[in-house]
Amino acid sequence: MTVNDSPLLELRGVRAAYHGITVLHGVDLTVAAGQVVALLGPNGAGKTTVLKAAAGLHPPSAGQLLMGGRDVTGIRPGRLARAGVCLIPEGRGVFPNLSVRDNLLMMTFCGRGREEIEETAYDRFPVLAARRTQQAGTLSGGEQQMLALARGLVTDPAVLLLDELSMGLAPLVVAELYELVAEIARQGVAVLVVEQFAAAVLKIADHAAVLVRGRIQWQGHPDSSLQAELSSYYLGSPT
Amino acid sequence: MDQFLAFTVVGLSTAAIYAVIGSGLVLTHTTAGVFNFAHGAAGMLAAFAYWQLAVGWGWPVPAALAVVLLVLAPAFGLLAERVLMRPVQALGEAERLVMTVALLTGCIALARWVWDPNTPRPLAAFLAGEPALRLGPAVVTWHQAITMATALAIAGGLWFLLHRTRAGTEMRASVDDRALAGLTGADPLRAGRLAWVLGIQLAAVGGILIAPTVALDAQQLSLLIVSAYTAAVFGRLRSLPLTFLGAVVVGLLEAYLAGYLPQNDYLPGLRLAAPALLLLLALLAFPHRRLPGRDRTLVRVPLPGRRGGLVLAGCVLAVALVLVSVLTEDEVISYGTLFPIGVIALSYVPLAGYAGQISLCQLSIAGIGAVVWGHLGAHGALWALPVAVLVAAAVGALVALPALRLSGIYLALGTVAFATVLDRWIFTLPAFHVLGVRISLFDQGSVSVAGPDLFGLRLTSPTDLVLFSAFCLAVTSLGLAALRRGRFGRRLVALRDSEAAYATLGGRLLAAKVAVFALSAGIAGLGGALYGMQLQTVTADQFSLVAGLPVFLIAVVGGLGSVGTGLFTGLAYVVPVQLLDGLGGWAQNLPALLVALAGLGFAHSPAGVIARLRAQWTPLGRDRQLLTALLGVLALCWAVAVLVPAGGRPALAAALVVAMVLRNRAAARAAAPADVPPEWWGVRRPWRPEDGEVLSRATAAAS
Ligand SMILES: Nc1ncnc2c1ncn2[C@@H]1O[C@H](COP(=O)(O)OP(=O)(O)OP(=O)(O)O)[C@@H](O)[C@H]1O
Ligand SMILES: [Mg+2]
Repeated sequence: MTVNDSPLLELRGVRAAYHGITVLHGVDLTVAAGQVVALLGPNGAGKTTVLKAAAGLHPPSAGQLLMGGRDVTGIRPGRLARAGVCLIPEGRGVFPNLSVRDNLLMMTFCGRGREEIEETAYDRFPVLAARRTQQAGTLSGGEQQMLALARGLVTDPAVLLLDELSMGLAPLVVAELYELVAEIARQGVAVLVVEQFAAAVLKIADHAAVLVRGRIQWQGHPDSSLQAELSSYYLGSPT
Repeated sequence: MDQFLAFTVVGLSTAAIYAVIGSGLVLTHTTAGVFNFAHGAAGMLAAFAYWQLAVGWGWPVPAALAVVLLVLAPAFGLLAERVLMRPVQALGEAERLVMTVALLTGCIALARWVWDPNTPRPLAAFLAGEPALRLGPAVVTWHQAITMATALAIAGGLWFLLHRTRAGTEMRASVDDRALAGLTGADPLRAGRLAWVLGIQLAAVGGILIAPTVALDAQQLSLLIVSAYTAAVFGRLRSLPLTFLGAVVVGLLEAYLAGYLPQNDYLPGLRLAAPALLLLLALLAFPHRRLPGRDRTLVRVPLPGRRGGLVLAGCVLAVALVLVSVLTEDEVISYGTLFPIGVIALSYVPLAGYAGQISLCQLSIAGIGAVVWGHLGAHGALWALPVAVLVAAAVGALVALPALRLSGIYLALGTVAFATVLDRWIFTLPAFHVLGVRISLFDQGSVSVAGPDLFGLRLTSPTDLVLFSAFCLAVTSLGLAALRRGRFGRRLVALRDSEAAYATLGGRLLAAKVAVFALSAGIAGLGGALYGMQLQTVTADQFSLVAGLPVFLIAVVGGLGSVGTGLFTGLAYVVPVQLLDGLGGWAQNLPALLVALAGLGFAHSPAGVIARLRAQWTPLGRDRQLLTALLGVLALCWAVAVLVPAGGRPALAAALVVAMVLRNRAAARAAAPADVPPEWWGVRRPWRPEDGEVLSRATAAAS
């Protein structure tokens, strides 16, 4: 894998709060171009919040967000998206009442034209081509995730943020989707993946971080020592 | 045959206008996520503005059209989006509905304020001088031809916009999932603005096209929208072709009824009410899906304590005593209506506040209570009062039957249709006989209403009636507070939170809904009877749909879940009107405008003003010393108002100032020093809702 050393996405001491209650207590995280970083941790640790902060959906209460070395803290999600940040949110990342084609049309705001996008997406996911006029909400869970992930593929993002891609999907589909993620990363995209179940994502990850109660408790290369770390955090007996 | 063709042409050109307005409704619904009750009112304002430019100031028609459609309408749309809708974006459907109702009231008040309703304002049809077109045997005026062509062009343009352009997709996507739309790089704000601009422009086109064929009257024009609602409901608020079909059905129906309905005393109203009847049928016949979107934040329904209820009842009686002792007889008559209005407003509490069912026809039902009491209780027979309540309750149960299938805006629409049918038809009927019983309503005029006879004590003077109404308001408030604490109240709140969950838990949805509609209609009927007694004569106008909207809005601002909303609504509805009355004619429409503005301010405290007031005044209520001081000052002010001529207003002002000062003192005293250690939270300072969360986080972080 081509791993660049200068970080493309960097969170520096990011704190975030909901209604005055802090849920992130200073998170430092860097993702280089072409790198896949897995962010793991138990429920309620704040993983989704990290991604929301990185995508501008939930501005941090303190700390900095940098993209390619430039400070982008507090910029609106729309502008960040046009600048190359692509978040595929938890659950449905599609517009349920829009047709597949209209969902793809909504991906044209990041610069590429409609024909190009449809071609790339249908080429990669032929099932979607067969269902282009169907409402996205009536697609199967796997098809919906494909459509959602298609945005990460066709908009040429610099940074791809994925939240629980595997939720509710069969293991085979998950493996297939993560294969695609790895492929996207190989094109030089910085990928940050949040997962509850580590196995699938660790196959493709270059780096892993464990978030517990809003703090990064461990980070490093995803090897066997991580498994021990993880089980202790999930079982709630931190060392 | 010729006649039939002529009616058809008229019907189709009316249909074209309904189609334009209806498609505007559908557009705002699918692209801004709002069912805009004020859509017709926006068209009405456009018609007035167009009249002002083209006739009033004699501008050339194209210039006037351009200014209205390209400058004023978009500006209005942008303003509505910014001021009204954006603040309630994150709240529920009900809150958005309230905002558009407030806008409707505001528009009507504004139009009446600017354009004196007593001056006729004829508006010429387009190309009225040109000879009509002959298409075979049919004769079509230029205005009709232009109308139909416009509708077709708009239909095509909208279809293209929504289904073939990125801007249209962006608008639909923003309604579907606003956050996700932002993540794709689209701009939901821009989409919302565009949706509003287009929607209001369509309303303006409709308003300008229809104005020459009907009188330029603010209320009438705003309510023509009922026909367009029907068209939009045919399209299930999302399909443009079906909306056009619905418009054709409504337009032709109206034209043929106008042409062929036999002339007698009973039927002209039916013609006017036909679109509303059709609306009811369409609501019931078509299945309705709620708009997508998960952004529903339910406002808490407060649980009133026993003491709170008694304090409230005490306040009601105290206000009544002060009024009757301080005011002159004439003033008592006009201020006294605050108690009946309060009772009517209370009817929203179980229905909308507890059970979450929005009804806009409560004042109409109150009208039924008033006429039943007026006729049966003409000699004050007390048994007629429960009968009036029961008849109103029965009507409420009748409304509940269709309501079982409807919820949210569809229910609100259904009650609008019901109120419209009453306004345009039932309330205008002369007396008639059913199974040998003579039924008479407003007798095509007014009905005089007597006071009740309380076991030999005849209540006739305004003072007696005010005290009686105040007593009823106090008792109803207490009753509703008890209801909320009891089993039925808790069930209603559960029903509001989730009908599906309520049903799966074994609740009987049907019984609960019918019961709550009947209960609230009964309360409204009581309020109507009391209102009638106070007014002494009643007319149908006093109980119309539009007259009921301000009561609804103020009750919402007060907080539909609080029983205090009765007293609050009464005071807020009556007192400003009376205080401003002295200021002369120009101030006449100011109160209605204020109501609308207050409705708009609602966005900033969706739980209601009463909850805020309560929080602000509780410290004073707990502080013995200051409370005693306050009561002393109030008694003093009261004495001054009673004894000193013209001392009323200064005394009121003094009482208010002192009360505010004491309130702030009490609040300052109650506020504990800033750093109370956690183990004393809830002891040295009141427990705050966020404390639990803070503690559990702190312990979690420490472990
Ligand atoms: N909109 C919100 N309002 C209030 N609190 C929130 C909100 N969103 C998240 N939280 C709280 O913030 C904390 C972190 O939430 P977050 O969704 O980031 O966790 P997560 O790690 O993604 O969990 P999961 O694995 O279950 O998805 C949780 O305690 C949650 O209750
Ligand atoms: Mg999450």
